[in-house]
Amino acid sequence: MKRFYDAVIIGAGPAGLAAALSLKRNGIEKILLVEREGYCGGVLTQCIHNGFGLHKFRKELTGPEYAERYIELVEKERIEILKKTIALDIIPLEEGLTLYLLSEEHGLPEVSARAVILAMGCRERNRGNLNIPGTRPEGIMTAGLAQKLVNIEGYMPGKEIVILGSGDIGLIMARRLTWEGARVKCVVELQPYPGGLMRNVVQCLNDFNIPLYLSHTVTRIMGNRRIEAVEISPTDETAGPKERGRFIESCDTLLLSVGLVPENELSLKAGVMLDPVTGGPVVDSNLMTSVPGIFACGNVLHVHDLVDYVSDEAERCGEKAALYIMGRLKKKREIPVRTGNMVRYVLPSRIDIAEPVHLSLRPIAPEENTHLLLKANGSVIYKKKYRKIMPGSMIRFEAKNIPEETESLEITFEGKTG
Amino acid sequence: MKRELLCISCPIGCSMEAEFDDNKILKLEGYQCKRGITYAEKEIFNPERMVTTTVRIEGGEIPLIPVKTESSVPKELALKVVQEASKITVKAPVKVGDVIIENILGTGVNLVATRNVKATCKAGV
Ligand SMILES: Cc1cc2nc3c(=O)[nH]c(=O)nc-3n(C[C@H](O)[C@H](O)[C@H](O)COP(=O)(O)OP(=O)(O)OC[C@H]3O[C@@H](n4cnc5c(N)ncnc54)[C@H](O)[C@@H]3O)c2cc1C
Repeated sequence: MKRFYDAVIIGAGPAGLAAALSLKRNGIEKILLVEREGYCGGVLTQCIHNGFGLHKFRKELTGPEYAERYIELVEKERIEILKKTIALDIIPLEEGLTLYLLSEEHGLPEVSARAVILAMGCRERNRGNLNIPGTRPEGIMTAGLAQKLVNIEGYMPGKEIVILGSGDIGLIMARRLTWEGARVKCVVELQPYPGGLMRNVVQCLNDFNIPLYLSHTVTRIMGNRRIEAVEISPTDETAGPKERGRFIESCDTLLLSVGLVPENELSLKAGVMLDPVTGGPVVDSNLMTSVPGIFACGNVLHVHDLVDYVSDEAERCGEKAALYIMGRLKKKREIPVRTGNMVRYVLPSRIDIAEPVHLSLRPIAPEENTHLLLKANGSVIYKKKYRKIMPGSMIRFEAKNIPEETESLEITFEGKTG
Repeated sequence: MKRELLCISCPIGCSMEAEFDDNKILKLEGYQCKRGITYAEKEIFNPERMVTTTVRIEGGEIPLIPVKTESSVPKELALKVVQEASKITVKAPVKVGDVIIENILGTGVNLVATRNVKATCKAGV
């Protein structure tokens, strides 16, 4: 028997939880949250370190504490949650969106919704995306999987660890594994600068004298059944790995912390158009995808570094989805937002200028003392100084008071020469 | 004595070099604002860290419960805090903020739970 909802949210991580609450607060009653795991909170449940919530709660919380604040509210609002349930397919039909679910307890329920919010989060890049030559032994896994094993299930992945990639997850795991008695031999980073926060470089590596090899990469994996060593080579921007300075580091585990990709297999099956730069759906000012009624927020839309921003985005998404369900979502003239100097992407890439819109963007490379500019038909209408920009830190601002006659917008960082 | 420090007060991350004796900084180079001085003094004479780790839990939906020190503890005790936490097992249910170990290692700081874990009757779920 098919069940009918106003809104179904896929994924009960911070994005899904905040979106559900926002729908409820905006007058939507029949809401269903679908979650693959046996618990809510998403990836936050394994991020047991602190540093979450400074923007949202003006307090430093750990990942699980941040998640509990939302879980408690969702439970209080009595929003229906189906745990241990995977959304397999979303089919846009004439009468609404039909979802096929696979549930441990309920079998294969079929539900229908007027709006669907995608909140499936992201997954980590793995060895397949990297093409490291050598053998294919055991002992190679993503840093996030190691984090889940250690922090949720209580298994140690190994004793002698090399970490490839200096994103925050890799850095945090270097400290975690050291505290748990493993020896972290080094962290290897392709770029000439660390991927994660300075605070994590200091408190997770320097505190334990773990070397960080910048402009280096793993060029070979050795070992038969289990990984025994890796070859590490310095890189050179033009020529790739260099011969000189190449060395071998023994290890029984290689952790990969080489980036996250939005999890969009389900979106693709539903016919949602994806953006090749962000890896997430193309959305309008209302965070609605190319399929009417399907919205997206959080890491499934684009990878966030701060969960606080995920919650904000999800709240706005819930608000817009509520308007859509009530048939009150306005759609006016949309104009493109182009990316200029040093900007990797801007989201949304098309906006309706009649209302203020939150824009998120990432720079291509680090830079100091630069200005972010928003240009309407070529003239600057917003300017903000940044002492330092980093590709790892998302920038967010509100674009408003855009002149009515604007045909095109451009986001750009001021060039070195002006 | 001499030491290199990386200031973490803001994203700029100034590399600093400090020269100091037993109780004060004699010379500090490389900082761009006053926060660098405060940071260097704290890091050299009284470094502290927050500790987050896990404790085994019985009769709950999950086998481990995440915990943290309520405030920061002296840096050299961080590893010992993790080791203390690994020695004990608590029983579900536990709520966020419940004290898991009081006044851990005599620091005056409590180790508290950071997740709600309900009790279950089914084992291993
Ligand atoms: C390993 C890892 C560590 C991170 N560490 C930090 C950190 O330290 N600090 C920080 O600020 N940010 C961190 N991040 C970023 C973090 O992911 C975001 O801040 C935030 O958790 C994203 O929220 P989300 O709800 O979009 O995604 P998630 O938290 O990933 O939640 C997505 C949820 O959707 C569920 N799901 C997925 N597909 C389906 C499906 N088909 N059907 C049903 N359910 C589904 C998943 O089980 C999950 O619960 C980390 C990310 C990863 C991957």
